[in-house]
Order: sequence, then C-alpha cells, then structure tokens
Amino acid sequence: MNSTKNDNNSLPMGEMSGGQRGNLYNYILGIADNSLILAQRLGELCGHGPNLETDIALTNISLDLLGQTRSYYQYAAKVEGAGKSEDDIAFLRLEREYKNILLVEQPNTHFGYVMARQFLFDIYHLMMMKELQKSKDETLRAVANKGIKEVSYHKRFSSDWIKRLGDGTEESHGKMQEAIDDLWRYTNEMFQMTAADTEMAEAGIGVDVSKFKEAYYKEVSEVLKEATLTVPESKYFAKGGKEGIHTEHMGYILADLQYMQKTFPNMTW
Amino acid sequence: MSEKEIKNLEEIFEARIARDEKIEPKDWMPEKYRKTHIRQMSQHAHSEIVGMLPEGNWITRAPSLRRKAALLAKVQDEAGHGLYLYSACETLGITRDELYEQLHTGKAKYSSIFNYPTVTWADMGAIGWLVDGAAIINQVPLCNTSFGPYARAMVRVCKEESFHQRQGFEIMLTLSKGSEEQIAMAQDALNRWWWPSLMMLGPTDAESVHTEQSMKWKLKRKSNDELRQQFIDQTVPQADLLGLTVPDPDLKFNEATGHYDFGEIDWDEFWQVVKGHGPCNKERMNARVNAWDNGEWVRDAAMAHAEKKEKKKLKKVS
Repeated sequence: MNSTKNDNNSLPMGEMSGGQRGNLYNYILGIADNSLILAQRLGELCGHGPNLETDIALTNISLDLLGQTRSYYQYAAKVEGAGKSEDDIAFLRLEREYKNILLVEQPNTHFGYVMARQFLFDIYHLMMMKELQKSKDETLRAVANKGIKEVSYHKRFSSDWIKRLGDGTEESHGKMQEAIDDLWRYTNEMFQMTAADTEMAEAGIGVDVSKFKEAYYKEVSEVLKEATLTVPESKYFAKGGKEGIHTEHMGYILADLQYMQKTFPNMTW
Repeated sequence: MSEKEIKNLEEIFEARIARDEKIEPKDWMPEKYRKTHIRQMSQHAHSEIVGMLPEGNWITRAPSLRRKAALLAKVQDEAGHGLYLYSACETLGITRDELYEQLHTGKAKYSSIFNYPTVTWADMGAIGWLVDGAAIINQVPLCNTSFGPYARAMVRVCKEESFHQRQGFEIMLTLSKGSEEQIAMAQDALNRWWWPSLMMLGPTDAESVHTEQSMKWKLKRKSNDELRQQFIDQTVPQADLLGLTVPDPDLKFNEATGHYDFGEIDWDEFWQVVKGHGPCNKERMNARVNAWDNGEWVRDAAMAHAEKKEKKKLKKVS
C-alpha cells in the first residue's frame, strides 16, 4: 500500500468544510478515473499491437496514465481521510461510483478505434492539464506539471496516427472515419460540469472544462481535416459517465480490474 | 572465390574468435555462422514476443496498481528485447517480415515454456522468479558471445532480466508471507512451473544437436546439463527461503558433489510441447498471427502515408 505525502495544500485540509472535502475528493476521482479506465483498456492491448513499436508506445501511454492515476488516488485517499489506500479507491467501488467519461471505456474494436479514442481524449486531456497547472491546489498542480510532458506526447502520437490512417489507404481511411463517427457522440460529455467540478473550478482548484469546448472542437476538426477525414455533424451526444451511469462495457472492465481484490479481500500483494 | 581462399578466410575468422575478437555484421563470416546466428537470435526474439502473452494475460487483473504498472513495464521490456534482438538479426541480412513469417508458419521455434497457461496471479511471480531465472542462466554467457550485435543486446537484456527476476521473487515473497490462500497459490505456481523451467535449459547433453559448434563460436559456454545444475543449485535455497517445497521427491543436496541431485525430467512432455502439442501452443500462435494479420491495414496505411508525404516534399522542392 502506497501513499504520497502532500502536506502543502494551499487550502489546508483542516480548514476545508466536510462538503468542500467531499467535492475535492469527487473532483479528483473524476479526473483519475478517466486515466485508470483508459490505462486499463490500453493494457488489454499489450502484446497484440500491429507492430512492436506501436505496442511499446501504447504500453507507454498506459503506464503514464497509470502513474497519474496513482498520484491522484493517493491524494484522494488523503483528502477523504478515511484511511483508505490508492488500491481501495481504484478497486473497491461499485460501478455507479466510477466517474470516468464514457469515451474511455469504449472497447478496442480495432486499431482505428484505439487511436480515435486516444486522440479524442488526448486533445481534451492536454487542455485540461494545462489549466490544472494553474490550480491553487499544490498537489494537483504538481501532478499536472509532471504529467504535461507525457500528455503532450500522447497527443502528438495519436494525432499523427489519425493523419496516417485517415490519409493512408482507402481501407484505413474508411476504418478511421468509422471510428471517429462512432466515438463522436462521447465527446460532448467531457465539457459537462458536475457539482463538484463547478465548486472546485470556482475555488480555483479545479478546471472549468466547459470553457474550452469550442477550442477543443476547433483543434479536433483541424487534425481531422488534415487527415482528410470528415468532421461528424451529429448533434446527439451520450452522457452519464460522470454521474456513474456507464455503458454496458464498464461492468466487464471492472470484472477484470476488481477480480483479485474482490476474490481475495484485505490482502497485501 | 576459390575453395582455398574460403578456407583461408575461415581460418582467419576462427582465429579472430579464438582471440575473443567481436565479429561485426559487415565482416566476412562463414555461411553456417550467419545461419546459426539468425536461427538462435530469432528464436530468442520470438521467445520474447510470445513470452509477452502469458504475462499479458494478467495485466488487466493485477491485484494492485503498483503490480499492474510493474507488470505492464515488464511486458513492455520484453517487447523491447524482441525489438533489439530482431534488429540485431536483421544485420545478418534477413528482414523482420521474413522472421515473423518463420514464426507464424511454425518454421522457427520459441521457448516452449510460454506454451503453459498462467492460471493465477502467483504465476506472475513464478515466471519472474523461475523462468526469468533460467533465462538469465542461459543468457549471461551470451554477453561475451562472438557476434557483436548479439553480445551487446544481451548485456542490456540481462540487466533487465535480472531486475525482472528480483521482481518475480518479490511477488512470491509477498505471497509466501500472506494468507493461507496466498501461500497455497504460491506453492501451486511453483508446482506447475518448476519442471517446465528445468526443461527450459534444453535437452540433455546427449540429445542436444547444436552444442559442439555453438561452443566453438561462443554462442554457448556451458552445456545444457551444466546450466540446469547451476539453476537448481541456485534456486532451491531460494525456495527454502520462501518456505515453499520444490515438487521433486528426489531432490537432495549431495555433500560429495556439492550439488543437488534431482529427479527424472519428463522428456516426453518436453518433446510434446516442443512439437506443438502443449497446453497453449495453438493459442499463442493464434494470438501472434491475429495481431499481425489485424495490423496489416495499419502497417499498409503507415507506409502509404509516408510515401504520400515524401511525394509532397519532392513536389515542393521541384
């Protein structure tokens, strides 16, 4: 069981009300769960990539996300102050308590989906991380400062692949377009603010993600156009992940993720 | 080239090896040396790549975030080893595609140990401890082998393998200090992986076809039986430390020889797995072939895109 010491919070936790702590806790989980579930999805691919170089790169991204996840959960455990570990938070919640967006739980249907999911998330993730670097919360700022280089690389990697596959062969173009079209409906959820998001943004701790929605779609569209892909026009979007209402895939992800902790409770590994 | 000239070159070549000089890809070398190295290095590379699968099987189910990250990193290291071993192999004038083709058609072999299933988390410990342990015994001497690219690759591979082995042992140690279920899980893993690990060091000397020539070229420094004895002598005290029982009723320290005596290895099982009829041979090969086939459109696209970019660049210049 690991824990990180983070005693320099700008808003001393002792001075936070129970409600504020709860919101900070929920806010951290909202960010962390995205990284956990995406890392888990990428972890499924390890050893099955289209070539060795890509396999290694995807595993790298998974490892980066997992590293960020751990820092967030360690901090969340401290904020909650209930004596939990990062693993308790990662593994021992009910599906309805996971707050990740629906996009990251979508399956590795084919490599086009893997890259589309990554790309649509990375553009958002980098924007969010840049803002998080300005957080009044020292721990979140530190995680963002450390993660920013990683996420910049993820974005470059996935954007390059979108261009390669979009503007590659006829087959790859079709597959890439299919994936973008299918996953498009999960993009809008990123910019929805939960109660915890709003309060933390107002306190200068969290990021107001709603304000870079326009910039997000602009940047995504530019890459898609360069990749000779069509920007989907659909106005119908899915939501629910942030409130813990997930797609049907989520239960199976958790069945794997939680298998050991649920089968053998209260043990050290 | 006349026969005499070739003979002369061969003599110079053998003398260089005897002087412990490294042979580099552009140096003259006998055809047999080239072929033997392609065979052994590609077999090693394939083992790394196929070896990703049994451990990859537990990435999504690792019991803690720390273990998940460590396992991911370990499997990624194996991909890295595969990558530089394939690259070293390519310096001998064969392409990676050709090497994959040999793997996928069953022409090339890989280490049989990876045809066993990983059925519990403890297998992640046992593989690191035993399988990587046996691999290190096989590989450390290769850091001084005569072919330069292989020797250099092995220096790095061995460093990482040694880290993996300690990591595996640490998983076993944690289990052996844990609950009753965890101890049972660790013992069960040792029971299942012990004998296949001994088999990993190859057939007995009497049956080993490549030993003599390989010794001369420093592709091998000790015989399979010597290596196996070294592995057993090194590993049994570690099992004692874990409080686990090695599943061999004949295992006994021999005061006279200073080594452990051990029971008969089931060579029928060994050959059955080598010949493709182990518990997971089919699954492993299917996984590799599927990854390759499903990735074809991706690789084609990357190539097509690179060509388009190149053309655009040329157009700009002219």
